Amino acid sequence: MLFQPINKNYHEFCIDRDPDLCINCKVCVRQCSYEAHYWDETRQKVMHDNTKCVGCHRCEALCPTSALNIRNKPSDFRTNNLWRPVFLQNIYKQADTGGVLLAGMGSPVDIPVYWDRMLLDASQVTNPSIDPLREPMELKTFLGAKPRKLDFSVNKKTGKAKLKTKLTPQLELDVPIMFAAMSFGAINFNLHRAMARAATETGTFYNTGEGGLHKSLYKYGDHTIVQVASGRFGVHRDYLKAGAAIEIKVGQGAKPGIGGHLPGEKINDKVSETRMVPIGSDAISPAPHHDIYSIEDLLQLIYALKEASEYKSPVSVKIAAVHNVAAIASGIARAGADIITIDGMRGGTGAAPAMIRDNVGIPIELALSQVDQRLRDEGIRNNVSVVAAGGIRCSGDVIKAIALGADAVYIGTATLIAVGCTICGRCYTGKCPWGIATNDTKLSKRQNPDIAAKKLANLIRAWGHEIEEMLGGMGLNSIESLRGNRDKLRGVGISDTELDILGIKHAGR
Amino acid sequence: MAAKRKKKTLVAGRTYYKQFNEEIRALAEQGVTDFTIKECNGQRYIATALEGDLTFDIYGVPGQDLGAFMRGPKIRIHNNAQDGVGNTMDNGRVIIEGLAGDVIGYAMRGGEIFIKGDVGYRVGIHMKAYLDHQPKIVIGGKAGDFLGEYMAGGIILLLGMFSGKPDAPIAGRSLGTGMHGGVIYVRGSVPEDQLGPGLTATPVDSDDLKVIEALVKDYAKELKLDSKEIMSENFVKIRPFSHRPYGNLYVPC
Repeated sequence: MLFQPINKNYHEFCIDRDPDLCINCKVCVRQCSYEAHYWDETRQKVMHDNTKCVGCHRCEALCPTSALNIRNKPSDFRTNNLWRPVFLQNIYKQADTGGVLLAGMGSPVDIPVYWDRMLLDASQVTNPSIDPLREPMELKTFLGAKPRKLDFSVNKKTGKAKLKTKLTPQLELDVPIMFAAMSFGAINFNLHRAMARAATETGTFYNTGEGGLHKSLYKYGDHTIVQVASGRFGVHRDYLKAGAAIEIKVGQGAKPGIGGHLPGEKINDKVSETRMVPIGSDAISPAPHHDIYSIEDLLQLIYALKEASEYKSPVSVKIAAVHNVAAIASGIARAGADIITIDGMRGGTGAAPAMIRDNVGIPIELALSQVDQRLRDEGIRNNVSVVAAGGIRCSGDVIKAIALGADAVYIGTATLIAVGCTICGRCYTGKCPWGIATNDTKLSKRQNPDIAAKKLANLIRAWGHEIEEMLGGMGLNSIESLRGNRDKLRGVGISDTELDILGIKHAGR
Repeated sequence: MAAKRKKKTLVAGRTYYKQFNEEIRALAEQGVTDFTIKECNGQRYIATALEGDLTFDIYGVPGQDLGAFMRGPKIRIHNNAQDGVGNTMDNGRVIIEGLAGDVIGYAMRGGEIFIKGDVGYRVGIHMKAYLDHQPKIVIGGKAGDFLGEYMAGGIILLLGMFSGKPDAPIAGRSLGTGMHGGVIYVRGSVPEDQLGPGLTATPVDSDDLKVIEALVKDYAKELKLDSKEIMSENFVKIRPFSHRPYGNLYVPC
């Protein structure tokens, strides 16, 4: 008979503690919220329990004598390309508990990353490249519906032209990068403050996610996109008017087709106040918006939100990248959305069933190129802006996304990495040792909003500079000239079908 | 001292909803408090996102999402209402003297919706309560499927009395499915197999009766009904079996 769980020793990580360097200062004990490190009273020294380590590296980062090293556990199962260790471990866990496998952060599975299979162009000889350090470079981006044509009236006396066409509301971005929707509740208030400040400072936007907006952040409203999801947490007239745009969250790349679920453990007083739900009760977002069963119903909600904002805010609709994404995007454009956000399957999450995260959806690169193409083919590309999200890792990815047809991108995981996240993927426990995906008062203090805001602003600036450099190298002085300009991309090492879907030529052609 | 009231009668007629609602907003801005709307022909979003002590007396049938996101106004519809009444509303009161469509009071957080007749599918889904916000829906007739699905707070009272569907059960299937807060009261009884998984209907106690009585009194007064007759029958209640129905579903991977 088994007297201990079969998987007790199949843990993922080993904590290496160099006994010569360790000074028993207990920093690791205090830092580890999973209690992997502990003070052994009898032996009068710091010890550790490998089974509790989640691989977040917090102890290693803060160890004053560099005595700690977190490694993957070297023990191997018999090599089997079908039955890889992850499947064995998951089956053991599910056999013990009967539970649905829950995962945090984006999918780690080995599906092709097309960003890495696309290369950018640069100018040589015939058209001069531009040096952005000395010449003007335009990254300014406007999100919202653009008119098909412009009408002007000319004053006969003065000869001055005046715009007759009434423009719809636009979001003005200094850089085409925005902080993705991560709800207050999933991540803590310090980081919401940091995103709000960084977005304001760098002239871009952050998205509240579906957990409402704390009153103290209303002052950053000009740089805020407020989200409305099926649970409608913290959604009311003031909230809808507080932001510069409203986003309807239909789907999320990490978990297409299912709703959200903020566990009661993460709902403290401030989260409760913002979401307007009781402390400790689960906040469940149903899988669908139950008032949206068709494009016509979506239109109804889009216009309800436009009415609520008195037509001052553009309305975005966020969907997960799934098989028929292009047709769906076309429907969304026709339903009156000003912006379509497409979240690819590598997008992050605070919690998602692992099977859905790892098996449902399609990569953003393929979805984006198809959506852009479809909207162009139908002659309605100008009716909407397209924002791409889900696994954007660097400015190279951003610029490739724009060349594939995106107007701007959202960065979520990269935002969190900028403030220390190591993608250990235990966001749903509420114990994030980096003070990110937690509302625990002690842990969230690990994020100083001033420092976090600075880091986020730095990241946006750095990527902005890099984008300018790459644009200049291509001989372009405006991001607008790159948008949907797939001639600036070449594929490498991918099939004809993939090239066809991406709408690009192979390198060398 | 009560604020000064200012009345205005509008004819909706064939005016497009966007212009019509703009006009209402502008008038409200100018201090009009009591609106009478004649010949309403399905104009959408009437009173959507409006705030404050306003009243609307609506003749004809208003369109979808009446009073969505609103906070405070009191609306009386002398006829039927369409879908989405009181979508995510914060406060106020909607009185419907006829029937109402689907998804009434979705995610509403406060205020009351009183319907005299039958309602469609998915009414009162994801209603939620917060501190002194307690949303209430009273349905005089019968309800379609999924009444109170995902309900997180507030009160739904289903009477089944003024129905045009004599053969239908008082509520459709999956009543209260996934509810994790709030309470649904039903006059008379409800067939067990209409309830969502894990839910049971139990008799009300004296505290419940006080709540029901107060609500019925209010409802009967607004709709000129006999509250004694409504209270002449027993009631049952449906409460969630857990505030965290999915708390033990998962294992970390």
